[in-house]
Amino acid sequence: MDFGNSGKLREDGIHLDMDRLKKGEVNMAVTFKDGVILGADSRTTTGAYIANRVTDKLTQVHDTIWCCRSGSAADTQAVADIVKYQLELYAMVNGKPPTTQTAAAIFQEICYANKDRLTAGLIIAGWDERHGGQVYSIPLGGSLHKQPYAIGGSGSTYIYGFCDAHWREGMDEADAVNFVKDALKEAIKWDGSSGGVIRMVVLTAKGADRHLYLPDTDYKVRHL
Amino acid sequence: MPGFDFSNYNRNAALHARGVPLPKATSTGTTIVGCIYDGGVVIAADTRATSGPIVADKNCEKLHYIAPNIWCAGAGTAADTEFTTALISSQLELHSLSTGRKPRVVTCMTMLKQHLFRYQGYIGAYLVVAGVDPTGTHLFTVHAHGSTDKLPYVTMGSGSLAAMSVFETQWKPSLTRDEAVKLCADAIEAGIWNDLGSGSNVDVAVITPDKTTLMRNYIRPNERTQKLGSYKFDKGTTAVLNEKIILKGDLGKFVDVQVLAEESGDKMEVDT
Repeated sequence: MDFGNSGKLREDGIHLDMDRLKKGEVNMAVTFKDGVILGADSRTTTGAYIANRVTDKLTQVHDTIWCCRSGSAADTQAVADIVKYQLELYAMVNGKPPTTQTAAAIFQEICYANKDRLTAGLIIAGWDERHGGQVYSIPLGGSLHKQPYAIGGSGSTYIYGFCDAHWREGMDEADAVNFVKDALKEAIKWDGSSGGVIRMVVLTAKGADRHLYLPDTDYKVRHL
Repeated sequence: MPGFDFSNYNRNAALHARGVPLPKATSTGTTIVGCIYDGGVVIAADTRATSGPIVADKNCEKLHYIAPNIWCAGAGTAADTEFTTALISSQLELHSLSTGRKPRVVTCMTMLKQHLFRYQGYIGAYLVVAGVDPTGTHLFTVHAHGSTDKLPYVTMGSGSLAAMSVFETQWKPSLTRDEAVKLCADAIEAGIWNDLGSGSNVDVAVITPDKTTLMRNYIRPNERTQKLGSYKFDKGTTAVLNEKIILKGDLGKFVDVQVLAEESGDKMEVDT
């Protein structure tokens, strides 16, 4: 076995590698009256360096099924790419789009089977004809939780209280967008490894709608 | 015994604990950059290769060919960037031959990331992938662990911070070809001057839909010139303390002299 030339080999034989890209971040998904909203910041870090300040952590795995990625960039991209392929195949074989639950189950299969090798925290959100908007969360161990809303990433610890106080069942789209935006603004404010722009995806019967909010305008104006 | 043998791992861990350093690879402590402009993409690199504190090569090539319309700048372990780009270049050409289509940058990027992810970062290749294909102009970074980013301007390697400071202050949307080349060259120069791992010259490649132009040593800001003075010591600089003359005939007094016999056997023939 050879050693990489980056990082240090500790006395106990554990290989530390600061070069591994992490997404110390915030992301969240929230169900509302007509569907579901995903939101995330845009910071990717390598140690103390921001490797990408406009990252897109909201990844499409099917027409109206998306995921928020947190943890190792390499791991979550690899997992999302595999699931994207599986769902495309599923749609072709069955002649109908997969449900959000199916997508979440495939994610869980990979995350649980490889739990020792992966650093991946995922939130899967989707809209389908049968169930409408749904949110599933897959934290580090590979368990699967269906939730009315989910938050994740290092910045999420700062907004548990905010979300619990402000989240309401069956909000309309504008209220839900504002809830997500305000929560992410708070996480960015308090968490050093979260920052950049706020990206959002709104999933409804009409399909996927992308939002972008820049810090230049205090995240007020919607671009794109 | 079936299965993997990890005894070398334990040996290495034990050796390391006793203070034996890890083996050193030639690394391209590097500055590499890329930038998209209206009508194509530019990538650039410095030309210093290092092995620890030693400059192993003063004018190496860090811009690698993948396909006629796709080129790659490499940082990290020199051997790894060289071989992974060569491997993917080969696979991509076979893929292009079997599909009868021009190779795409996303295909290249996906093959690279899947290869690097499989090796969990042990292949130390940090790459900037750029190219033009029928779907448009593309620019990506690929990290050794297998993560990728898509941006209008990118930097990598130990000089990436110096280079990024140039992009973050000078970059604007919709650049011309000449502006993009200047911006990339300036970013590399920032690495050459301010990063110890980078140095020597600037290599630039410009990729457009109809041709790729590789400008080897586009800027050479570290030319070696004639020495300004002579550093030879004058004759007689060192004082002669004493002098003794030994004649050839008296040599036998100091060493054994053996006279060899005339050459025996045939002489070796040489073509005339």
